[in-house]
Amino acid sequence: MLRLKTPSSPHTHAMTSVSITMLKVIVALIPGIVASTYYFGWGILINIFLAGATALISEAAVLRLRHYAIAPALLDGSALVTALLLALAVPPIAPWWISVLGSLFAIVISKQLYGGLGYNPFNPAMAGYAFLLISFPQPMTAWLLPETLSGVHLNFMEALHVTFFQAWPTELRVDAVSMATPLDLLKTQLGVHKTISEIRFGTSIIGDFGGKGIEWIGNWYLLGGLWLLYMRVIAWQIPLAMLATLFALATLFSLYDPDVYSWPMFHIFSGGTILCAFFIATDPVTAATTPKGRLIYGAGIGALIFIIRTWGGYPDAVAFAVLLMNIAAPTIDYYTQPRVYGHGK
Amino acid sequence: MARRLYNFHGGLSLDDHKYEPTRLSAAPSHIPPRLYLPLQQHIGSAAAPVVGVGEHVLKGQLIAHATDYISASVHASSSGIVEAIAEFPLPHPSGLQGTCIVIRTDGLDRWSVRDHLPRTDYRTRDPHELRQMIRDAGIVGMGGAGFPTAVKLNPGPNVKIDTLILNGAECEPYITCDDLLMRERPEEIVEGMLIMQHILQADTCIIAIESNKQEAYRCMLAATQAAQNAALEVVMIPTIYPTGGEKQLIQALTGREVPAGGLPAKIGIVMQNVATAAAVYRAVVLGEPLIARYVTLAGGVPHACNLEVLLGTPVRYLIEEMHGVRATVDKIIMGGPMMGFALPLDDVPIVKTSNAILISTVADRPLPARVEASACIRCGECTRVCPAQLLPQQLYWYARAREFERVQQYHLFDCIECGCCDYVCPSHIPLVQYYRYAKTEISAQIRDKQKAEAARQRHETRLQRLERQKLERAQRHETRKHLVENNADNSTTGGAGNDTKKAAILAAVERSKIKRATSEGAQKNVENPPSDVQQKISEVDARCAKKCPEPRDDSAN
Ligand code: SF4
Ligand code: SF4
Repeated sequence: MLRLKTPSSPHTHAMTSVSITMLKVIVALIPGIVASTYYFGWGILINIFLAGATALISEAAVLRLRHYAIAPALLDGSALVTALLLALAVPPIAPWWISVLGSLFAIVISKQLYGGLGYNPFNPAMAGYAFLLISFPQPMTAWLLPETLSGVHLNFMEALHVTFFQAWPTELRVDAVSMATPLDLLKTQLGVHKTISEIRFGTSIIGDFGGKGIEWIGNWYLLGGLWLLYMRVIAWQIPLAMLATLFALATLFSLYDPDVYSWPMFHIFSGGTILCAFFIATDPVTAATTPKGRLIYGAGIGALIFIIRTWGGYPDAVAFAVLLMNIAAPTIDYYTQPRVYGHGK
Repeated sequence: MARRLYNFHGGLSLDDHKYEPTRLSAAPSHIPPRLYLPLQQHIGSAAAPVVGVGEHVLKGQLIAHATDYISASVHASSSGIVEAIAEFPLPHPSGLQGTCIVIRTDGLDRWSVRDHLPRTDYRTRDPHELRQMIRDAGIVGMGGAGFPTAVKLNPGPNVKIDTLILNGAECEPYITCDDLLMRERPEEIVEGMLIMQHILQADTCIIAIESNKQEAYRCMLAATQAAQNAALEVVMIPTIYPTGGEKQLIQALTGREVPAGGLPAKIGIVMQNVATAAAVYRAVVLGEPLIARYVTLAGGVPHACNLEVLLGTPVRYLIEEMHGVRATVDKIIMGGPMMGFALPLDDVPIVKTSNAILISTVADRPLPARVEASACIRCGECTRVCPAQLLPQQLYWYARAREFERVQQYHLFDCIECGCCDYVCPSHIPLVQYYRYAKTEISAQIRDKQKAEAARQRHETRLQRLERQKLERAQRHETRKHLVENNADNSTTGGAGNDTKKAAILAAVERSKIKRATSEGAQKNVENPPSDVQQKISEVDARCAKKCPEPRDDSAN
């Protein structure tokens, strides 16, 4: 008798896989990475390499300890995405162990200890970032002045020296090329009772709507993000709700008192806002999953970013906003179940 | 006049693979040496054989009759000799066996007498009579469900049906049997629809066809125009899987939703498949019972095609005769790639509900094998495409954890098993398999609970009966003693004793009357279900493949 296979329906499948999804995310990050490298030099790529290598090696090691197959998990690309996001959030002149430790924390503690991809309640990249920021605030807030402003370009070897030995070329003084981020600057200046317009026009590092020059990096992330939307890799609800909420709150407050509250575009194009809206908040594993829930989740992140930036102790708030909403995601999902077909309107 | 169309949630656009088999017209398949006709090809009770082994039967002759209100008769699809009435494999994913009447064909294909109404006469007939003809012809829903058509055409005295929908959407890839039927026999479909409209007294009749079947649309349009009936509409609907699903099609055409757990009749709608309509026409106007149907053969075969196949023809015969690729076959799907099921063996017959046979051979695998599943990444793709607006990911989560309470809270039983979620899942999780598993488990639990409950009741009734009998015995004893005493006392009169006896007899008569009345009442319920609830029960029963006499709480489902 003929023996036949009897798999369960459906008997056909879309050309999708987790690897393809992650690959698309990586591709979408490329414009932003290129732009960052243009402004900040080799340090960005060195960080990416360090974080990426650490992520892959540590994930493989943990999987090995847990007696799981290594290849499928590494090939799904999720560790690489985590490493990329973390590396992009780390200052380009940070010492090498910052990227390595952050990546290690992200993969081992906040991903694999919870059971691996799909089971982690917190966004690993942001958990890693928060860990670094809390543990090593000083190297985490020392940013490089964009090359377009400082006119200083470190070649690859010089950049390596900076990362590994914190050794700057002899003719350079560190404070000539490093700076606080615009968000940081705003915070400290507001602390000494300067008004927004004094700060905005009294410094050379703030441009039209964000850090001078680097405000444009956001646009390149935006480009990648829109492509992800177009490819249906991410859902529109989270980025839209997040950006709209942040923009609305910022507008409201800056209208109320423009001396104390920074202008809305500054919020959108500073720090990791755009990167967060399209690449971090949209991490499926840790976000809300229902359509309505995603709106609430996105709006929550937007509001928290504004609140923490304005009244909190840290200059940028993306990581904390995302982590806080990660906690709320299951509850949001529970209360936003869609109306099922045939169950009343 | 264009009808306003509505959207349903989610859905997919799939490669339809429909071109090749529609180039040729549907040829009648050859008469196989043996026909295997299962007594149960429908939802409801199995039919009971009315022929014996060794008997000669003619084409179209009744060989098994409907046993219940929800049941369907079976007819010989060609002439020959009844060789056996025994258990044979049925087209079922688990290789289930069931009683079949096996006819050794004589190749003459001689018809029995065909009893029919003259053309167009049906307008003057009583709906009841027409329903009876449809019932006698053994017609069931040919789109896949297999619910007896006569029952569906009898929504009950107080139910007004405003819309009759003919489903010609055929949204599954590869399947083209309805497409070809609409191209080749549009008049039969329209006539069948008019008969059903007459039965239901429906105001509007819609024939819905997906936009990838332009030719079928044109043919149906021409046929409806020729019928010159203002109530008929042919509507082209967008090609989105699963727009051919009953609930989705109703939503797309009317914007109405079938209430959960209810039938479309509740909102004034009856839906039939186009092939069913053609069968109704043939039954009423030509007097032909349902003995053949269009079947698509596609997939890894040299020439995809449609055949008009005699019911009972083994799938194996079709593959061997038509394509000769049997040795290399490694998978056979009955139905479409999204909702069809894989046959464990090919020695199973084509039945009333078999619309397509998809073949995968070692050399030509049209349907890829499943990729190993990985963890759910909560991407929500499944939610986006689910036409029932469920949260497939949560269903999966709870089904896997065997949290059956929770999975029902997330409306597992509203899942139509369309497979959309499964299709898009980037982690390749066999979601539908989990849902089926959970449904089976829950149904089994409910059945067990009911069985236990029934047993408990039986036990209690028995105790009561014993108690009553004891009491009665004691009473009788009392009476007799009394009687004897009385007789002894007033042997001359005897009046009182007679009275007591009479009273006892009267009481007994009364008791048996009540008993009869109640049992009759129960029977009536079965014969004449007052509401769709009964139909639902039977559907569930059929699924359980076991008759369960106690009415069950449907809301639990
Ligand atoms: S599509 Fe698959 S991976 Fe995505 S949420 Fe649904 S079950 Fe999870
Ligand atoms: S199979 Fe069920 S859960 Fe999945 S998409 Fe279809 S109706 Fe929704």
